[in-house]
Amino acid sequence: MALIDPSALQSIEAPAMHIPDGFLSAPVAAAGFVLTAVAVTVAVRRTNRTLGERSAPLMGVMAAFIFAAQMMNFPVAGGTSGHLLGGALAAILLGPWAAIIIMTTVVGVQALVFQDGGLAALGANVFNMGVITALLGYAVYAPTSRLANGRPWLRQAGAFAAAWLTVQASAALTAFELAVSDTSPLTVVLPSMMGVHALIGIGEGLITVAALSLVGATRRDLLPTQVAATEE
Amino acid sequence: MKLRHLGLVAGGLGIALLIALFSPFASSHPDGLERVAEDKGFSGLADSPPYELINNYVFPWVGNEDLATVLSGIVGVLIVAAVVFGVVFLLTRAGGAQRSTPRGGGSS
Repeated sequence: MALIDPSALQSIEAPAMHIPDGFLSAPVAAAGFVLTAVAVTVAVRRTNRTLGERSAPLMGVMAAFIFAAQMMNFPVAGGTSGHLLGGALAAILLGPWAAIIIMTTVVGVQALVFQDGGLAALGANVFNMGVITALLGYAVYAPTSRLANGRPWLRQAGAFAAAWLTVQASAALTAFELAVSDTSPLTVVLPSMMGVHALIGIGEGLITVAALSLVGATRRDLLPTQVAATEE
Repeated sequence: MKLRHLGLVAGGLGIALLIALFSPFASSHPDGLERVAEDKGFSGLADSPPYELINNYVFPWVGNEDLATVLSGIVGVLIVAAVVFGVVFLLTRAGGAQRSTPRGGGSS
């Protein structure tokens, strides 16, 4: 009814926000848990076979970096900020299944300890920010890096595109969930979510490429060509 | 854990903690979803959390808000790293137990 909800004006206190409780209907929240549970189960089974001796330190460090980076909101246009999701970065470096385990931990701790994202919405938040980003990021990056065939700029372009697309996918999924939950009509929420996150995705792409470059400069042996070769 | 891994963990955690130190400089503008929720008038639907530990990345009982944010970042980095180390350690042990030989190609 009212175009400006008075409570909206006081809610500036939260600098970072995943989907809080109250935005999603019970069926949508439940579906989020089911999909996430399936994804995590597959991820555990797959990584069970591929995890090597160095997986624990690598994955732990990646999770720590993503948690910290998600706190660093960067400004985009119009008094809005964005933050890294990190699913694409983790999937590029460690493969999609390890990335799902990392992202589930990060988003889970954010909800349970930091009250960032609702408890009922946790399944949806993990799915939107961790599962889709890992799978899509890997699906976009892996073929481009193969095509790049050693040309670094093409690989970097692939990583940027993968990162940008994962943010768009995450935003679109969230919009659909909000629409199905009758929180906001799809025609309203989808374009605005995609629009804002088209800008935020640029930040995701830049951070992803920068992080990959840093790894390439300091620990070339950890770069994805080796990871991808030993994984499948 | 090999020395190379130790270096990786120290370096990687160091970078994460360094970012946490700079977290007070993060933009305090509403993020993408929050902006949309405010603009489209549904941010009021958000329920407050049933309990609060380190609500909204502000460490409790610390007067200085910048310090509270940095502390919450450090705590979060350590918790997340510890949980993933633990989970992967358990997974690799479980995976290792299923394999008859360390690099056995026949196990499925």
